[in-house]
Amino acid sequence: MLRVSPELKQKLIDPLFTPLDRNFKLSAGVLLALIGWGAVMYIRQVFLGLGVTGMGRPVYWSLYIVDFVFFIGISHAGTLISAILRVTGAEWRRPITRVAEAITTFALIVGSLQILIDMGRIDRLPFTFIFGRLQSPIMWDIISVTLYLLGSVTYLYLPLMPDLAIIRDNLPPGVPEWRRKLYEILSLGWRGTREQWVRLEKAIATMAVIIIPIAVSVHSIISWILATTLQPGWHSTIFGPYFVIGAIFSGIGALFIAMTVIRKLLGLEKYIAEKQYRNLGFIFITMNAVWFYFTFAENLGIATGQQTYEMPILATKLWGEFAPSFWLMVACMAVAFWILVVPQLLPKPKPAMKPIPIFSRRFATATAGAMTLFAALLVVSNFVSVPVAAISGEPIASTILWTLLIVNAILFLLSVSQWLKAHPVSATVIASVFVVVGMWLERWNIIIPTVTHPMLVRYAAYTPTLTEISIAVASFAGFTFMFLVFFKLFPAISIWELVEGQVLEEAQAKVTIAHPEISGD
Amino acid sequence: MPKWSMVIDLDKCVACQACSVACRIENNTPVVPPEEAELGRAMRWNDVFPMPINPTEETGEYPKVKTQYMTRPCMHCENPPCIKVCPVGATFINEEGIVEQNYARCIGCRFCTVGCPYGVRYFNWYKPEWEAPLAEHLNPDRVEGNGVLEGPAERPLGVVEKCTYCIHRLHKARAQAEAEGRDFRADEYVPACVQTCTGKARFFGDLDDPNSTVTQLAMSSRSFRLLEDLGTHPKTIYLREG
Ligand code: SF4
Ligand code: SF4
Repeated sequence: MLRVSPELKQKLIDPLFTPLDRNFKLSAGVLLALIGWGAVMYIRQVFLGLGVTGMGRPVYWSLYIVDFVFFIGISHAGTLISAILRVTGAEWRRPITRVAEAITTFALIVGSLQILIDMGRIDRLPFTFIFGRLQSPIMWDIISVTLYLLGSVTYLYLPLMPDLAIIRDNLPPGVPEWRRKLYEILSLGWRGTREQWVRLEKAIATMAVIIIPIAVSVHSIISWILATTLQPGWHSTIFGPYFVIGAIFSGIGALFIAMTVIRKLLGLEKYIAEKQYRNLGFIFITMNAVWFYFTFAENLGIATGQQTYEMPILATKLWGEFAPSFWLMVACMAVAFWILVVPQLLPKPKPAMKPIPIFSRRFATATAGAMTLFAALLVVSNFVSVPVAAISGEPIASTILWTLLIVNAILFLLSVSQWLKAHPVSATVIASVFVVVGMWLERWNIIIPTVTHPMLVRYAAYTPTLTEISIAVASFAGFTFMFLVFFKLFPAISIWELVEGQVLEEAQAKVTIAHPEISGD
Repeated sequence: MPKWSMVIDLDKCVACQACSVACRIENNTPVVPPEEAELGRAMRWNDVFPMPINPTEETGEYPKVKTQYMTRPCMHCENPPCIKVCPVGATFINEEGIVEQNYARCIGCRFCTVGCPYGVRYFNWYKPEWEAPLAEHLNPDRVEGNGVLEGPAERPLGVVEKCTYCIHRLHKARAQAEAEGRDFRADEYVPACVQTCTGKARFFGDLDDPNSTVTQLAMSSRSFRLLEDLGTHPKTIYLREG
């Protein structure tokens, strides 16, 4: 019989057994509807052919591959938190390991589905086992993603086992029979004996070491699928590390969002505290900086080389048809960086100090208003031809508009900085949303400009069709739905790891280090 | 062992596109409606297009316009990037240097289509269809055997196809020679486009035979290969204009 403190039981176990409330049913219903719609569209695609997508020659890969790279990237959250931080002994990771591992597993499932959805002949999937050629990067991918999926499921399950046993022994009365059975079976007869603990710790430690190289290989290989071709813009040695960094970066973003939602819904502020946000935030900032460095390095070579086939692709990103998505991506990352860094640099406001006008709400509203105005003028001048717009469409006018827009954006960001400093959790989540959106755009900006600008085929344009959009929406819905179900069945925080951490902390607090004696002469 | 190769003399090419039509009829490439062609889904194993296909400032602005026409089958690269990436070996190079495509094996991942720098590979976005009169005149030749289905054989949905140098004609020529109890001669095999070419701009033969026309032409100072610097070593060789 395993025991758990009443507080933890009330916070982490009891919510699993409350009857489903209206919000839960509503969100589950909406998500299921979206998934169902996506499934219908997919089945239609299987029977009619990939012609129902917006692909053609030369756009042979598109949205599915973008989502594939994106989701597999997100999946790197779990490895970072549970494996890398475990190996390096970062204690603060404990309350967020479960969420991180869940992200890994679910993102991997959704990500690998994208590849299957993209296949022209899903019925021939077994051919990859029967006739598989190890020389092909797709086979590397199949192997590494499968290993990673198996590894992450194991890694999610191992630390779950003691928790399942805790739940099994602390079931509230009136629990349906199937759930009793579920915990009974899944806890694999865990009794919490010393030997079991030793084995579990050993297994987790081994898995942690194994899974790190697999995770690194997964996203490197995905990048190599692109980099091993001769296509301009892809045939680059920087792709491996660039993709891995981006993957961890977007993974942390997704983790911040997921853990905040869970913390809010289950009221876990005490466990998932500011410490977690601060420490993980530092890694986040580092990744952001490294991401900028890689993005710059990748494009610098192309820009200075100006090769016949490479340069047009960079040009479409810098000032051509992909400029909106490219610069939006850069803006997202820059704003995220600002939100994470600048508030840290501000001095703590002292109560005696007079409020500084630039940090006032009024100033923020004014700059936000000005930003909207300039943005609207820019949009109008690009799309509508009325006399006023003609003036703002003049090169000099649009330069002024852009400058005003950017200056106001900076002022706006500055004016909200003090608020951001006072609300570190909200600030981190806002930055995370920017990062996740920015990383999705990055995948788009890597894949689509190259496939639309090949060497010996006329340049093409790509617009996703309803089928592709439905399936993409269904994928995001499926990802969310898995969370919903998982955290209704299993505790959101690893109970035993939390307790273990507390025990360690208490033990450490008891140790007193004697001051070195200063002996007089 | 012969090494099949095609030489195209751009000086003689009149850009009539007869090669493309001959290829269509010979290899049963499906017909797509104009909206589909708009999306880049027209199947042209042999294509004729202006070069450079994506004009730049130096090549496309009046009065400095310079356009030439290019006709383009598969390059049958000696170092083909397409076959290296195929996960199941559905595309492969045979001992005679022809890059083949097995419709019965292809899983439709489209890695090869992305891998080929020349854009010569086509995907069956829908089930192939032919309008009434065309459907009655499909080429009955098939290359089949050992689980390999290629050439003009009707393609299933969702697989990749491309120019095969009319490999079924090679099989037929060999079979004929065997039936007549004599040795097969290299000049008995020519692809449909070479046979049709209005300007007699196309030559076909064995690049391993020092006396063949293609070997002689390949040594011409006018000869070049498409995207030569990529190191794919195409066996479709061009003779420069002028
Ligand atoms: S031209 Fe393209 S399809 Fe043909 S052999 Fe070369 S890479 Fe392969
Ligand atoms: S589309 Fe077919 S031939 Fe091309 S790489 Fe994939 S399986 Fe091979």
